[in-house]
Formats: sequence, C-alpha cells, structure tokens
Amino acid sequence: MFKKFTKEDIHSRSNIKSSVQRGLKSNLIQEYPGLEAVVDVIIPKKSQLVLHKCEDKIALYSIDDNVVIYQQQDEVLPFLKIVHKYPSCFQTVQVDRGAIKFVLSGANIMCPGLTSKGAKLPQENLPKGTIVIINAEGKENALAIGKLVMSTDEIKSINKGIGIELIHYLGDGLWNLSLD
Amino acid sequence: MSEVGIESGQVEILAPKEVIYCGVCSFPPEYCEFGGSFKKCKEWLQKNNLELFEKLYSDEALAHATSSLSIEKEEKISADLQKKQKKEEAKQEREMAKVLSSKVLIKRIERTKRKHVIAVSGLEVFNVDMKKLAKTFASKFATGASVTKNAEKKEEIIIQGDVGDAVEKYLTGLLQEKGLTDIKVEQIDEKMKKKKAEPVKPE
Ligand SMILES: [Zn+2]
Repeated sequence: MFKKFTKEDIHSRSNIKSSVQRGLKSNLIQEYPGLEAVVDVIIPKKSQLVLHKCEDKIALYSIDDNVVIYQQQDEVLPFLKIVHKYPSCFQTVQVDRGAIKFVLSGANIMCPGLTSKGAKLPQENLPKGTIVIINAEGKENALAIGKLVMSTDEIKSINKGIGIELIHYLGDGLWNLSLD
Repeated sequence: MSEVGIESGQVEILAPKEVIYCGVCSFPPEYCEFGGSFKKCKEWLQKNNLELFEKLYSDEALAHATSSLSIEKEEKISADLQKKQKKEEAKQEREMAKVLSSKVLIKRIERTKRKHVIAVSGLEVFNVDMKKLAKTFASKFATGASVTKNAEKKEEIIIQGDVGDAVEKYLTGLLQEKGLTDIKVEQIDEKMKKKKAEPVKPE
C-alpha cells in the first residue's frame, strides 16, 4: 500500500471535526479492542487530528506532523511506531528469519514463512481479513502490518501461496514520510 | 499475545514500550542488519546506546543468537546482505566524490552593450530549494532572479545585472558555512574568456 508512497501522493490537508475524531477512535477500538485503555493516550481528547487526503483513497491522520493512524476505505490502521509502543494490543504473527528481507522489500507473506520452525501463529484461529502485526524470529519489535488473506487455520493447513497481504512496513513510503 | 493491555481493575493505563530508533537508517536497531548501512548503523549504536549495542553485537549475544535456519541458509542471507551493503557503500562513495568534484559556475552573459545577466549553475550541492535561493539572490542583490533549466537540463538561476563578484562572495561564504570548502566557485564570461578561476581556499 505504501511501497512507492511519497509526499507527492498527498493531495490536501485539513483539520477534522471533533465528532469525526471521536468516530475514528471508536472505529479503532472496534478493530483493536486492546487499544481501548490507551486510545486517549494515542489520540488525546484535546488534540487536533489533521487529515491528509492521498492518492488511491488513502487517508493519513497526524498529530503534530506525526502520522498516528491511516485509512483506506473503512479500515483504520495504526502507524508502526504506535504498534511498537503498544504491541500487546494487536493480534500478532511471527515470520521466520528467512522471510525478513522479503517483508522489508514489500512482498506479501507466503504461508511457508508463517508455518516454518522459526515462525509462530496464534493457537486460536484468526479469521480471514484480520489485521495482524508481523514480528520476526529473534526480534523484539514488529517489522510490518498486514491483513490475513486466509484464516490462520487455513494458512496452517493449505500452507501454500500468499497468507498475508502486506500493508505497511519498516522503510516503506509511509515510514519514511516527513509531513513538516 | 496472551497479554492484555489492561491491568487489574481496568484503571491503570498500559505504559508505552520505549523503542529506540537507529539514527542512521531509522529502523529499530535489531533490523539494521537488513539495511544498506549496517556498518554506519553499528557505529551509531555503539556511540549512542552501548547497552543495546552489547545486547545485539557482543560476542556472547552473537553466540546465543538462535535461528531456525540451516547454516547454509544463514550463510546465504549474510552473503546477500554483505553484497547489498557493499553496493550501498560504493554508491555513497560515488555520490560523495561527485559532490566533492562538483563546482559552482557563475557565468556572465552579455545581453546588450551595457547589460549583463549572471547564470549560476551547480547549485545542487547546497541541497536547497532553487526557487527559495533565487528569491534570496533577488533580495540580496536588489534585482530580479529566476530559476531556469540550461542546455544540460540542469537547473540554474539567472540573476539580472552585473553582480558576479557579489554572487561569488556570497556563495563562497555559504559553502564555508556548510563546511563544503572543497567545492570550487568559478566565474566565467560567456565569450569563454576566463575572468577568474580561483578555487576557494579552505580556511
Ligand atoms: Zn540502522
């Protein structure tokens, strides 16, 4: 989603209404229930979210020129630095060490990279479409965010093809974006 | 995974995890090994966070690093990474050499018998917005200045009036300010008669 994203893809910049800000926060909690306790820390009540409308119907929301969340269609997603601060608030998968360089070059994640010895999937099934944060073998912090193309049970049983569509990763256009 | 973001009683707020970001490549330092600037990243971390540096790169840490991959696969990864890093370093060196060998050219062009304009090229080294620089010139020399593209499709700034010496003085000072004393500033007349070709003397 942000592989080739640059400043030139941003079309407009505007302050959003507090009612819209509240709506976004409730969407965020709905998608990531773990964030309920910290959503007012991530987006303080008195802060002003700035909307940056971009190419491909992508919307970025920032506070003090730092991207906090972004949206494509209805899905609200967290910026990776927010994930790094509150990793336990999100569903997590782990890729093996061999997959790291592919993820960092923006490739979707293949099932075998999620089922090999160095990889980890949660015990309970996560349905198709779930937003997951992607950790890596031997690493502490997430390197990407993606969306399950099939359920985690299917990833385990089919073990072929793309398992996760990559959305945002370390070093992509969003990570490197400076808004000031 | 099993951790819940709320502590007992649902009142206490989860404290954010402090993550350090590399001052060179911007990644959390544990991912520096996958970037193109690993050597510089390591130097930065050693200088700025020795504790994390030891945690990642001490002999002990390296010996304990676990990987599910076979030795052959691990060797392939590190060979690929080294290749990438060498390439990146070579590229940076080339760019550096290019910057150092570049020069700022101040060309005096005769428009009519009495009127001259000054075309300044090679300003990329300043790494500033050309339009802004043209504005600065215009107000500094109380004249008009605009950005155009020259025959080599490079941007240059055209300044109205015979202000070559003043431009040279100003740019030389600016280069010194930025520590770019290796870059030469040269003035030429369009008739190709060299007026001045003095290199900037580093102080
Ligand atoms: Zn680094």
